[in-house]
Amino acid sequence: MPHINVMTREISFKVVYCGPGLCGKTTNLRYIHEHWNAGHKGKMIELPTETERTLFFDFAPLDFGEIGGLKTRFQLFTVPGQVFYRETRQLVLKGADGIVFVADSQYPRMDSNEEAYYELKEHLQGLGRTLEDFPLVVQYNKRDLPAVATVEELRELVNKSGVPDFEAVASTGQNVFETFKALVKLVLAELRKKK
Amino acid sequence: MAEQQLVMYEEEFVQIQAVVDRLLRDAMAKVVMLVDMNGQLIAQSGETDHLDVVGLAVLTAGNVAATGGIARILRENGFAIQFHEGEKANIYTFLVSNRLILEVVFDARTSPGLVRLRLKKAGEALAVILEALSRKQNQPGFDLHFEGITDEDIDNLFND
Ligand SMILES: Nc1nc2c(ncn2[C@@H]2O[C@H](COP(=O)(O)OP(=O)(O)OP(=O)(O)O)[C@@H](O)[C@H]2O)c(=O)[nH]1
Ligand SMILES: [Mg+2]
Repeated sequence: MPHINVMTREISFKVVYCGPGLCGKTTNLRYIHEHWNAGHKGKMIELPTETERTLFFDFAPLDFGEIGGLKTRFQLFTVPGQVFYRETRQLVLKGADGIVFVADSQYPRMDSNEEAYYELKEHLQGLGRTLEDFPLVVQYNKRDLPAVATVEELRELVNKSGVPDFEAVASTGQNVFETFKALVKLVLAELRKKK
Repeated sequence: MAEQQLVMYEEEFVQIQAVVDRLLRDAMAKVVMLVDMNGQLIAQSGETDHLDVVGLAVLTAGNVAATGGIARILRENGFAIQFHEGEKANIYTFLVSNRLILEVVFDARTSPGLVRLRLKKAGEALAVILEALSRKQNQPGFDLHFEGITDEDIDNLFND
């Protein structure tokens, strides 16, 4: 449910990056915000712990120009990935128009990926939605590291529904915009569906 | 409730802006903002030129969401009013019909008591407008032109 202002002809969408702790959600957001040139951008806000882990959320407001005669704005959020912060994650996920699930490709992180994916599935079920019908994109991050699972293995684990997915290296920006772009398409397609 | 989409129409927008402007004057505040539960800024008034209002709106909503979580744990219905006292700036927030957050930033030019009084009054006025707005939500009303947008248009938007 994007926020629409008929008078100012503005529409605003909420996109949330989720996934297990340290998978690279904040890194995705920083990269997008830093390299955004499709329109105006507001300040990025980070709410981290002393050790740079996300405590509540990160936030980046991005303006596209006009789309279909409406000033279109995307507000990007990350959730805190640490298991401990489940309650906070639920708060941040509320009202999301689209979700990027970031998985950590490293073998030792497979359990965490699966756990986070399961939590997302439950969250969507709570909204009466499914992984298939919600605007969702999956990113397999940290492809630059040794000892990473194959894409097939990851797909089996965290993309059972077969949504668009991308191999990425968020720290260098590889496929970061491609991931976001794919989500924007799904989010706008969802709006067309609603009409 | 809070899940329902809120489309803002001109008639109510003008009324809301008037309430927000009046609150700014009556409470002798620095800034007044109206924000939805997702942190979308709906209306603002006052000295906002050098203020990151978008950030302020989103953090305010986050703050209210966190406080709502605390209320649930305490089996409390919610905390309708919050007060933050700083050295120079103070903030009052007020929940309107559990859907919008009315926030007043003020300094020593006025008093918390006065702000609180005016805030509640403004909140009641907004609740009435919101009620009218809610009744309008299912009107077809205005045309979104998203149908004609192709994936290629979106690619081009990214300018890369
Ligand atoms: N090698 C490598 N490191 C990465 C990549 N993406 C992120 N990192 C690093 O992984 C660490 C964690 O990244 P964050 O973006 O903070 O992770 P997060 O998902 O926001 O973590 P939480 O906030 O705790 O949920 C940082 O040191 C990043 O620099 C990547 O693609 N490759
Ligand atoms: Mg983070």
